Amino acid sequence: MTQKYENPVVELLFQLADDDYLFSYRGSEWLGLAPHIEEDVAFSSITQDTMGHATVYYRLLEGLGLGVADTLAHMRPATERKNSILVERPNGEGVYMETPRYDWAYAVARSYIYTTAKKIKIDSLKSSSDQSLAEAAVKISMELYYHLLHWKTWFVQLFNSTEDARNRMTKALEKVIADCGDLFSYGDAATEITNASLIESEQVLLNRWTEYVKPVFETIKVAVPTFGKPERNGRNGEHTKELQDAINTMSEVYRTDLTAAW
Amino acid sequence: MTAVDTKDRIYQVLDTIKDPEIDTVSVLDLGMVEQVEIDGQHVTIKMLPTFSGCPALNIIQGNIERAVKTVENVDSVEVQFIFNPPWTSDRITEKGKEGLKQFGIAPPPKYLEEDGSWHVNCPYCNSEYVTMENLFGPTACRSILYCKSCKNPFEAMKPISTLM
Repeated sequence: MTQKYENPVVELLFQLADDDYLFSYRGSEWLGLAPHIEEDVAFSSITQDTMGHATVYYRLLEGLGLGVADTLAHMRPATERKNSILVERPNGEGVYMETPRYDWAYAVARSYIYTTAKKIKIDSLKSSSDQSLAEAAVKISMELYYHLLHWKTWFVQLFNSTEDARNRMTKALEKVIADCGDLFSYGDAATEITNASLIESEQVLLNRWTEYVKPVFETIKVAVPTFGKPERNGRNGEHTKELQDAINTMSEVYRTDLTAAW
Repeated sequence: MTAVDTKDRIYQVLDTIKDPEIDTVSVLDLGMVEQVEIDGQHVTIKMLPTFSGCPALNIIQGNIERAVKTVENVDSVEVQFIFNPPWTSDRITEKGKEGLKQFGIAPPPKYLEEDGSWHVNCPYCNSEYVTMENLFGPTACRSILYCKSCKNPFEAMKPISTLM
């Protein structure tokens, strides 16, 4: 199990940073495989923004004396990671370098749920007691606006499309929701994080998310899903085997020469 | 040279530092320079990143540090990227908007419609008869559009506002 940091800001920053790092990595695996070229452009642009957001958080950690941002991003093993289970799940069967048979419905469902949850967190972070984090949230929020538009469009259109599309989206959404138990969780650091007024409580954000997505779920005629108790809690360093594989691939180039200037 | 002269000279140099991907606009034109502080012979330049994941930021940082170091009375230069105030697309100057057009990129729109949609004119023929092809473009800050009048595809700088 991962260590818990004394400073709740550090704990929260690792959760935010690792979430965006992994979500961006899974997005990057889609490059060249998206359903059409316009989507390839859009998805990779979103992925690039998201890695930018991870960088913002890792740099704040660097400023707090936790180590160099690149090292924090690439060199920490899965056991030290604080990301949610949802973002570490593979895109589907197969691997990028061989014969990927990724599931686009899953990509859309995961991206929509993750991005709306991120929106709720970012809005709350704008009033964070930590000034740097509040300023970062304002910056990220402006880019997130475009991501939300994009994933909402796909999510609604596929659900309201053919029977086949709706069936696939329904299955994909179920799979996504099963992994959302720790999405709004702050793990063992929850009390310290909310007592320090860094962000609002898990329950407040969860309720706000439910209200936020309700109009969209009404248009697709699906009840707003509820998240169960997490089987594993990524915030406490409990992860699937796929996480280490993802980190190994992502950090492969970085590890070839640790002294190179990128 | 007085401190005021030095500052003027630094701003002149900053106007020669172009966006590495758009060589018709400088970092000043884009509204990225927030503050220049001179402390003896040390200069600190506070910059606002346009998009947080923009890969050009490191290149811009290096270019500024090298160029400003050549100014008389300057020994060392530090470029800091800060988020407060946040960069917004209305910081682009009139000169910057002209520079973008020269490059074939429509400047960001001044106004957003109530539903969040926006409208720009074609940078080539100024027609209003354009369609949005993709909100996302070849770089994080641009969208792809098409002009139905002159039949040219073109790009536009995305509007970025704290109201979003």
